[in-house]
Amino acid sequence: MVRAVGRYTLEIVQSLGDVAMFVGRSFRMAAGSRKLGRRVVRAMFEQGARCLPVILIVGLFTGLVLGLQGYYVLNRFGSESLLGTLVSLSIVRELGPVLAALMLVGQAGSALAAELGLQRNTEQIAALETMGVSSHAYLVAPRLIAALMVFPMQTALFCCVGLWGGSLSGSLLLGLEPGIYWSAVERAVESADVRECLTKAVTFGFLTMTLCAYHGFNAHRSRAGTGARAVSASTTRAVVQSSIIVLAADYVITSFLI
Amino acid sequence: MTAAPQEMLLKIEGLHKCFGEQAVLAGASLAVPRGSLVAILGRSGAGKSVFLKCLADVIEPDAGEIWFDGRLLARGDAGVRQHFRSRCSFLFQSNALFDSLTALENVALPLEQTMDLPAGEVRERSLEALKQLELEAFWDRYPGQMSGGMQKRLALARAIVTRPELVLFDEPTAGLDPVRRNAVFTMIAKYQRQFGFTALIVTHDVPEALVAADLVALLDTGRMVFQGSPGEFIASEEAMVIQFRDSEKELSKMLASIRRGETIHTEDT
Repeated sequence: MVRAVGRYTLEIVQSLGDVAMFVGRSFRMAAGSRKLGRRVVRAMFEQGARCLPVILIVGLFTGLVLGLQGYYVLNRFGSESLLGTLVSLSIVRELGPVLAALMLVGQAGSALAAELGLQRNTEQIAALETMGVSSHAYLVAPRLIAALMVFPMQTALFCCVGLWGGSLSGSLLLGLEPGIYWSAVERAVESADVRECLTKAVTFGFLTMTLCAYHGFNAHRSRAGTGARAVSASTTRAVVQSSIIVLAADYVITSFLI
Repeated sequence: MTAAPQEMLLKIEGLHKCFGEQAVLAGASLAVPRGSLVAILGRSGAGKSVFLKCLADVIEPDAGEIWFDGRLLARGDAGVRQHFRSRCSFLFQSNALFDSLTALENVALPLEQTMDLPAGEVRERSLEALKQLELEAFWDRYPGQMSGGMQKRLALARAIVTRPELVLFDEPTAGLDPVRRNAVFTMIAKYQRQFGFTALIVTHDVPEALVAADLVALLDTGRMVFQGSPGEFIASEEAMVIQFRDSEKELSKMLASIRRGETIHTEDT
């Protein structure tokens, strides 16, 4: 039992070291990489455009549901006028960054892990290295840099659509005066809340895309063997670990910033 | 009068590589003259691809020395390794083409990423390489939209676009029928003469290799057990070579044809 715990702990520490070296190498190699800007823009387009519909849809429904639930709860205490406060603080502080990150992991993160896994599997990564092109700089770094910008943008969009969804629910469907809703939103959301939201988005983006890139890039080291099974296993591991780390990091950041 | 000794571009001495308990390379050595086409033969699983990947730095050997153009490729010396990479290309068995890039982008990739060239010159040189491989009409196609033979030519175009001195070919004819195998070897020999690079081919297609290569080496049990001209290989009385020759049915047929005085056709089909 003790031996198993010890071995497991060592494995975790080793993996953390591996991931840290992977990230460090990616950024170090990116410093001298040619046409990095063009690849970052391409990665931003892939992560941003690919995820836009899902961010809009999930953001809208989150706001709608929150508005509906919130209205009936607040109505019991005769405090419907506080609906804007409830929806805005819930979305900006917690639901926006967390749900947007989970959607981005499911869409862009899984695609990244699978793409890198397949490129490893078909020797495209080895081919880059034999050409003298750093695969870290060419394939990984642009995606990580793009995530640092795309995640806050998508989160901001998610929050805006979510707030609008809350307003639709409260005012259009349930008859709350729109002015009351939006003035409550304006009073409730402070710059510290927006800072917290964006800090979470950047942190989630960096952590999740790093994990997805790491697992895809190292698909050949998968215990599932090689080929399609290795790609599938590494993609699954990337998505599961990224989802967990979003929630864990959310707790840590919230406990520091609250 | 004695012939001038050929200058060696690549020299490998005592290469060792183990995977766990299994020793795949056990002191393999080889000398590759500049401008020659050298074929490394061997049975499946003999370690031919591992040998080539050790040269290309895809796999790190456990021991041994690799000398390129008179310089030792030391493991810790990143500068020398980078210099070697800039003068060497590797053609993978699977072609390893980027499926998300067009033919032109695939060929342009090593130029864009490793050389300080203006965009116009990158495009010009890439199109020129495609033209030399008769692929200029397919510059905007993705590898997935091309036939196996075209993909092989595209991989070769990408390999030669940087004008390397050494091109390493890993089983370029794997999975192809005899007619296509012959065509690929003829293509490699043709372009090797045309561009003047040194070619090192790993294969188990003996008849085609004997026709195309200047030198033949036989890898067995992790060592080079023979190195010489194709003629010497055919005439060799060494036990390992005889055993290998006898195990290759097609080779036996070809040798019989040679004995009967028939011509072996190697035209591009």
